Amino acid sequence: MNIAPKPSFVLHQRHLLGIQGLSRDEIVGLLDLAEEFVEINRQVEKKRASLRGRTQINLFFEVSTRTQSSFELAGKRLGADVMNMSVGSSSIRKGETLMDTAITLNAMHPDILVVRHQSSGAVALLARKVDCCVVNAGDGSHEHPTQALLDALTIRRNKGRVERLVVAICGDIAHSRVARSNIILLNALDARVRVVAPSTLLPPGVERLGVEVCRDMREGLRDADIVMMLRLQRERMNGSFVPSEQEYFAYFGLDEKKLGYAKPDALVMHPGPMNRGVEINSTVADGARSLIREQVEMGVAVRMAVLEALSRKLPNA
Amino acid sequence: MLSDRRPILLTNARILDPSRDLDIVGDLLMADGTIREVKRGISAAGVPEGAEVIDCRDRIVAPGLVDMRAFIGEPGAEYRETLASASHAAAAGGVTTIVCQPDTTPPIDDPAMVDFVQRRARDTAIVRVQPMAALTTGLKGEEMTEIGLLKAAGAVAFTDGARSITNARVMRRALTYARDFDALIAHHTEDPHLVGEGVMNESEFAARLGLMGVPTAAETIMLERDLRLVALAKARYHAASLTCAGSLDVLKRGKDTGLAITAAASINHLTLNELDVGSYRTFCKVSPPLRGEDDRRALVEALASGLIDVVMSDHDPQDVETKRLPFAEAEPGAIGIETMLSAALRLVHSGDVTLMALLKAMSTRPAEILGLPGGTLRAGSLADVIVIDLDVPWIVDRELLKSKCKNSPFDEARLQGRVTRTIVAGRTVYEYV
Repeated sequence: MNIAPKPSFVLHQRHLLGIQGLSRDEIVGLLDLAEEFVEINRQVEKKRASLRGRTQINLFFEVSTRTQSSFELAGKRLGADVMNMSVGSSSIRKGETLMDTAITLNAMHPDILVVRHQSSGAVALLARKVDCCVVNAGDGSHEHPTQALLDALTIRRNKGRVERLVVAICGDIAHSRVARSNIILLNALDARVRVVAPSTLLPPGVERLGVEVCRDMREGLRDADIVMMLRLQRERMNGSFVPSEQEYFAYFGLDEKKLGYAKPDALVMHPGPMNRGVEINSTVADGARSLIREQVEMGVAVRMAVLEALSRKLPNA
Repeated sequence: MLSDRRPILLTNARILDPSRDLDIVGDLLMADGTIREVKRGISAAGVPEGAEVIDCRDRIVAPGLVDMRAFIGEPGAEYRETLASASHAAAAGGVTTIVCQPDTTPPIDDPAMVDFVQRRARDTAIVRVQPMAALTTGLKGEEMTEIGLLKAAGAVAFTDGARSITNARVMRRALTYARDFDALIAHHTEDPHLVGEGVMNESEFAARLGLMGVPTAAETIMLERDLRLVALAKARYHAASLTCAGSLDVLKRGKDTGLAITAAASINHLTLNELDVGSYRTFCKVSPPLRGEDDRRALVEALASGLIDVVMSDHDPQDVETKRLPFAEAEPGAIGIETMLSAALRLVHSGDVTLMALLKAMSTRPAEILGLPGGTLRAGSLADVIVIDLDVPWIVDRELLKSKCKNSPFDEARLQGRVTRTIVAGRTVYEYV
């Protein structure tokens, strides 16, 4: 059998700021590359050298455990020197602006900047001021591209494909960057996307984002292959967007009964961290159909793929 | 305002006077700060001795513009804009009267502050400045200001600037009291509770950008409430900045029932829409937010029909400290006094609005509504006159704008037509070379 050597995959842009702007080929290319890292990550020797000599700074304006540690591990396994900067320990607390922080860090000549910020568009703004490549690790309610990529990888590995699957994204769509990135990515891969939420948690105009809109779990989960639950922030549950945790769980929390509306082989996902008993109960979260732990594993692989692909565009690569 | 002793004679101009729908080719003579004559053939009959003769062939001559809504940083934020810097920007934009808003630090809410602004303007500004005073003390929306004394001191209208008065009882009392002094109340109609965390127009586009939206209902509900209160109080009322079709319906109904109401639209809302926000351009963050194209079209039609009385700049200087931030964290506001006319000429060139209607909404109507002299070229009126070249193409370069702040949503815009000369009280204060 004649196996042609795989062409080295590269992204067309210098930064990864969102799924918006990626072509279908780029998405698939990143997923394929991530598959290779899944295998590597399961070996004893996980270390690679493609980012050797490179400096990666994780700049987190918003607290994060899993995304930050996932990016840190990904960078280290590729051989980069990784530095973490988060809100609590930095000068952001002392009133320094986002732009000043960007300019300061840029002067240290990092190669890759991984940024999370609480405001939509903030990462793109910062990317305009620095010379290195920037990865969006979540900006406000806008995008969280590596989360969508790892979700797609998890789905593809478990279902063998993404196209034509019915994916129900349930919960706080209005404030969710995970939802936005997933909607764009899943549409690009020809999945059928549904959003399921009470109307107060749906952004006006959502029906024009390429999704079916449901306000009821029975209808929303019907024939679903994937049930993707979103986290509901506690401050949004006390009468502001929904009346109470109890009422939210009663109507939109995922339990065995509601999961029964989906296909018998439907799988459950959650980007974490979970509010057990609010949007999902423990039986489902820890059950045989839950992919939640696998999502975390895929997270490292996808982030390695992203860093690797972006590093191929760095000067002297 | 000092007037130049030398008379000025503008010749061979196309003279447009919207105060009497006059559109002729002829000459205009001004002396001692007033307009003396407007007719054909003044120069042919002999140039008055010592007069400066300016050939205005292929140019428009019109009344100086009256900008009914401009936020200026003096006092309190002189680093952003002073009366002087705003007046230079105004002169370059053909604005001969700036109506400044009371949102200053401290706010213009007592007669001494009105006096201060007038004195500063007299000493430092090159165009006329007329202050609006606060409607409530400290712009807090709670207690009404000294409407009678403020008006006597020279306040041309009463407003809480960019803030809405949420308490309907306070608004009703203020309207009722203002009526006895024939004072005009100008109101920013936007329910702050419905605005909430919103930072741009509520729409599919906001959903894509992950930005919280402001529904048009936030504006329409406040306007509807106000007009019901105006009907009770029988006061004079001006909607300071309308942006959407829903509000225009409410406005039309109010006007049809004979209420003494008028309304303005900003140059931003007439010529830009929500898509101009693009990838989080904070220079396009204004309050109320830029709306969808359907609302913009409705606003342009309302301007053409006269339902919208006034076009204003909504000039609001913001510096990098308040604009070079993530979109949701940036302050709203855009400068516009210098580019207002040129940007509005887009609507004329596209055939949506006649030049006469536009100039009327930028000069005659605001002067009438505020009871100011100006906005006319009748003999005996103020010699506040502009000369316009309708065709000259130019590209906005924010660094060349005269305002202290550079937050122009029209930066790099290709515009056609501009003011080439601005005359205030018979003296040239700006010339385009």
